[in-house]
Amino acid sequence: MDATTPPGAEEKPVFYELEEHPHPPGASTLFGFWLYLMSDCLIFAMLFAAYAVYGNSTAGGPGAAELFELPLVATNTAMLLLSSITYGFAMIATDEKRQGATIGWLGVTALFGAAFLAIELYEFSHLIHEGAGPQRSAFLSSFFLLVGTHGLHVTFGLIWLAVLVVQVLRRGLEPANVRRLQCLSLFWHFLDVIWIGVFTFVYLMGVLK
Amino acid sequence: MLRTPIRAPLKVVAAVLPLLMGACSTVVMDPAGDVARQQARLIWWSTGLMLLIIVPVIILTLLFAWKYRAGNKDAAYEPDWDHSTGLELVIWAAPLMIIIALGALTWVSTHLLDPYRPLSRVALGKPVEPATRALEVQVVSLDWKWLFIYPEQGIATVNELVVPVDRPVKFRMTSSSVMNTLWIPSMAGMIYTMPGMETALHGVLNKAGKFEGRSGNYSGAGFSGMTFWTYAVPDARFEQWVAGVRRRPGTLDIATYNRIAAPSENVKPYGFGRVDPRLFARIVAMCTRPGTQCGEHGMGQSHGVRAPANDRPQRPDEAKGALTRDPSELGTSPHLNAPRGKAPGANDPGTDANRNMTMLVPPAPFAAAAAQG
Amino acid sequence: MSDTLLKTIFGRLTLDSFPIHEPIVLATFVVVALLGGALVAALTYYRVWTYLWHEWFTSVDHKRIGIMYMVLGLVMFLRGFADAIMMRGQQAMAFGQNEGYLNAHHYDQVFTAHGVIMIFFVAMPLVTGLMNYVVPLQIGARDVSFPFLNNFSFWMTASGAVITMASLFVGEFARTGWLAMAPLSGLDYSPDVGVDYYIWALQIAGVGTLLSGVNLIATIVKMRAPGMTMFKIPIFTWSALVTNVLIVAAFPVLTAVLAMLSLDRYVGTNFFTNTGGGNPMMYVNMIWIWGHPEVYILILPAFGVFSEVVSTFSGKRLFGYTSMVYALIVICILAYLVWLHHFFTMGSGATVNSFFGITTMIISIPTGAKIFNWLFTMYRGRIRFELPMMWAVAFMVTFTIGGMTGVLLAVPPADFQLHNSLFLVAHFHNVIIGGVLFGMFAGLNYWFPKAFGFKLDHKWGARSFWLWVVGFYVAFMPLYVLGLMGVTRRLRHFDDTTLQPWFIVAGVGALLIAGGIACMMMQFFVSWRNREVLRDHTGDPWDGRTLEWATSSPPPAYNFAFTPVIRDLDAWYDMKSQKVEQPTEGYYAIHMPCNTWAGIVLAGIATVFGLAMIWYIWWLAALSLVALIATAIVHTFNYDRDFHIPVEDIRRGEDARTESLARAGV
Repeated sequence: MDATTPPGAEEKPVFYELEEHPHPPGASTLFGFWLYLMSDCLIFAMLFAAYAVYGNSTAGGPGAAELFELPLVATNTAMLLLSSITYGFAMIATDEKRQGATIGWLGVTALFGAAFLAIELYEFSHLIHEGAGPQRSAFLSSFFLLVGTHGLHVTFGLIWLAVLVVQVLRRGLEPANVRRLQCLSLFWHFLDVIWIGVFTFVYLMGVLK
Repeated sequence: MLRTPIRAPLKVVAAVLPLLMGACSTVVMDPAGDVARQQARLIWWSTGLMLLIIVPVIILTLLFAWKYRAGNKDAAYEPDWDHSTGLELVIWAAPLMIIIALGALTWVSTHLLDPYRPLSRVALGKPVEPATRALEVQVVSLDWKWLFIYPEQGIATVNELVVPVDRPVKFRMTSSSVMNTLWIPSMAGMIYTMPGMETALHGVLNKAGKFEGRSGNYSGAGFSGMTFWTYAVPDARFEQWVAGVRRRPGTLDIATYNRIAAPSENVKPYGFGRVDPRLFARIVAMCTRPGTQCGEHGMGQSHGVRAPANDRPQRPDEAKGALTRDPSELGTSPHLNAPRGKAPGANDPGTDANRNMTMLVPPAPFAAAAAQG
Repeated sequence: MSDTLLKTIFGRLTLDSFPIHEPIVLATFVVVALLGGALVAALTYYRVWTYLWHEWFTSVDHKRIGIMYMVLGLVMFLRGFADAIMMRGQQAMAFGQNEGYLNAHHYDQVFTAHGVIMIFFVAMPLVTGLMNYVVPLQIGARDVSFPFLNNFSFWMTASGAVITMASLFVGEFARTGWLAMAPLSGLDYSPDVGVDYYIWALQIAGVGTLLSGVNLIATIVKMRAPGMTMFKIPIFTWSALVTNVLIVAAFPVLTAVLAMLSLDRYVGTNFFTNTGGGNPMMYVNMIWIWGHPEVYILILPAFGVFSEVVSTFSGKRLFGYTSMVYALIVICILAYLVWLHHFFTMGSGATVNSFFGITTMIISIPTGAKIFNWLFTMYRGRIRFELPMMWAVAFMVTFTIGGMTGVLLAVPPADFQLHNSLFLVAHFHNVIIGGVLFGMFAGLNYWFPKAFGFKLDHKWGARSFWLWVVGFYVAFMPLYVLGLMGVTRRLRHFDDTTLQPWFIVAGVGALLIAGGIACMMMQFFVSWRNREVLRDHTGDPWDGRTLEWATSSPPPAYNFAFTPVIRDLDAWYDMKSQKVEQPTEGYYAIHMPCNTWAGIVLAGIATVFGLAMIWYIWWLAALSLVALIATAIVHTFNYDRDFHIPVEDIRRGEDARTESLARAGV
């Protein structure tokens, strides 16, 4: 799209495009969504920073090593990683314009996501039941905030996914829906990356310390 | 015709001069203590360095604005001149040079005047003799008054600080509830006092006299009245004063501390003849209230703000998060701008009304009218 | 009804929460209610509601949204300034026995509200509004990348403003200072609604700010006219790009820190509490990690405005464009490396303090370079002293002084004496008024004819200018001196009566500024009355240099009938010097986004949610949260979001422009 005229060219320089400049709707959607994700990433950066600062502020209460059960968290991590893979399959199906397969894989993704959430909720309720709720100490406050914010994102991802399934069923894999699927895909993988950070930084390093 | 352009700058000078004179004789620029004096000199030097570039910029701005006004057809006009590598170099290099100089000054002065660093001199050419020990004063900012504990003398005062002339003073500081800063502008710059943490400040006063001290960080309703006088007195007079305070009845123990720590405003100075020696450490460890325990970090183990000491269990009387309350615990939030009912204020320390209190004294004509009505 | 039931229904809202017995607030309320009622009645009488709804409230046109941002900013400015006058009045009289007319409870709200409103609901909307209006025009785009989000962002900002204003009449605002420092803002020391108003107003407005940041970055990166390479982007748009990068990278921090504070208050967590392992210093650090970039978010667009104004009115190309752009980028990066200079006095080590002090000083190098670049843009120019240029010169002088005192405050030992003093207050007003506000006024006067089709009256504008500039110096120079006299900020009462003359002078300065504001309102009115005389027929009233002057004033909804092709930084100047004219035939239908109700409705529900949370009305909060999500979902089912403006409409509009140009003799 270089419109500058090379020096010495015979023709008059062009100052206006006389035809409609093609601008498909949503041309910058993925870029904009990426920007949003980066800002979201910064929120998580702050939450990680808070967790790093408060990690040892247990106020006489239980610490990471006493609280976290790695097998449970490992199962949970597996759920989320699997859901990312199945989302990948959904996107492949989308590229191949296979609507049924897309919906199917999205359903599997949702199941894994829901399992992840269920395990996380179980863990939370277990902790609170043991008296290790977010009010107990700054360490637990920052733990619940970091993991809970991630969980909240997954919850919104699931709602979004459900809405998208309905929209794909109603209108098929039309460009707008494909774009939305791509955005959710970015979102879902982003949550995976964040979770890998949480798993390493909070659980593994917490328990192994 | 000619008079106006000359008179206008004169007028400006006439207006600015008292401003500058006023600025020179202020407490910050002409203080009584050596640390503050070095800080004032630093302000002068930094300002001078920056004026090297600020003054030409302002003059050039006004000059160019005047010279290249559209009405002046004699001035050169080069509409397409937009680059000059040489000029660009000057533009970036000139501020850079100033900042290098100022940066060096900053690095050196920040280390020399670190508030945590014990003083090495009490005045220019008067180094601290090895035998001299700094006077230690433990400072606690309460809602809304200052508590000064003299551990060596075993006394404590509220809203009154007395120090010997030319003797270095070491403040160990903390707060009972929220953040404040201890600021005695004649003596040295301010440092925060923070609950559950201990900070430090070193200073000295070289002249006998009465100097203002206050909190420099807004801390709630009684903040304006959080002032105290600092007296710098000769050594002998200081001993006299200590002896005088020692004769005061009353001991500042934990129970008394908890009583005076309750909010009160515009408190008149008073003193305690005896002090519980463990009090300051317990205040820092935030375990003065009944039912609180001094945790693992408590009892004098915290040194400086770098090791926050507030890693302790919550107090039972702390407010509960709103979402976890019963409806009956939700409370109300009345609009409280105007006085409502009695506002006991300073006369009744400890009353919660202090937080919402008003001391509305109407101006004289209104007061007279009110008295008649 | 039992107390429990009442509390369940109304939370902590009681009749006592309304200021029925408080003369100052009640009088304000009556005046606001009467004016508001009159406005509503007038709008209803003239049947303007439908027009407003269809043409403005639901509009996705970046120009309309930009104007709405500016209106919001100016209206809130009046509130913020009323607070300022109240403070100046109190401080001018409260000496010795005289306690003034505001008690601590009221005064502390006033200075908090003043700071919050001036930064979040005056400076931010003015800056965002200007960027919204100008950026798409400057880059030759038809609209922003996400027109619906733009509308939504505006209404979220407005929602924050509404919540802040509600605190004036229902309950009260925070009494903590504008950054609500913990632990004072914690539940133990601020149990009432004030801090909750603060949290939710900023949280909701913050969503809007963040999304508008994303939107404008995407617009500038993706929607530039053909030929506009990165180094042919007009300098104002460059400053907008850098500003929005700062917004996207800084506002999440504010979101996070406010979320933590609200969890402390709502759930009882221990982030910033004194016990339970909490650490109030964390709050101070985090809020300034956002807060310092925020300062540059405000000032960089003003720098952009001045770059455009100085170049246009000097009739010259901008001197050192490339170094200006690099200066912006350097400032953007350094903005994140200086936050600690706001609390040197917190007891960090000397090495840490001097590191942050020196990085702060380094920022003054690119800033200084920018000042020099403006200076040399004026050099050998033909400077026309129209209103925007007057503001620019006043800015260059005033901002330089403010910059100097700022660098002084960056020297840690000096800051130990000046921190939190009135010297500091004078400094940041020096740069915010002398920089941001003067910049916005310059921008307002500069682009007003573009937005409304007529210039602003020069006579009243000049009066306003002089009152503002003189008033600024009279109001704030005494504060520098008072700071050196050892007076701290946020004091309501003084024992030392020798300070009073300085405060009275400062009060007089504030009155002069009030005169400046009055003249500015008069300027709007007189200009509107004389609009036929001041009419801009050409679309290029100032002999401008960038693309926004290449279309008519006001521009059509689609901005440009034909997308311009850029060959030079000063694209319009280039076109003019090549005597290029826009084709007068061959129009085609233009693809544009549809208006939508979703933005205003979503923001309305968000307002209800915020108020419910503030007053602990849990059922309403839950209900509105569900409604918010449901409405958003419903909105996503709307796939018909664009339409084509028919060729006939475009031909009609462009023919009118051609005719108008011919009449103006261009």
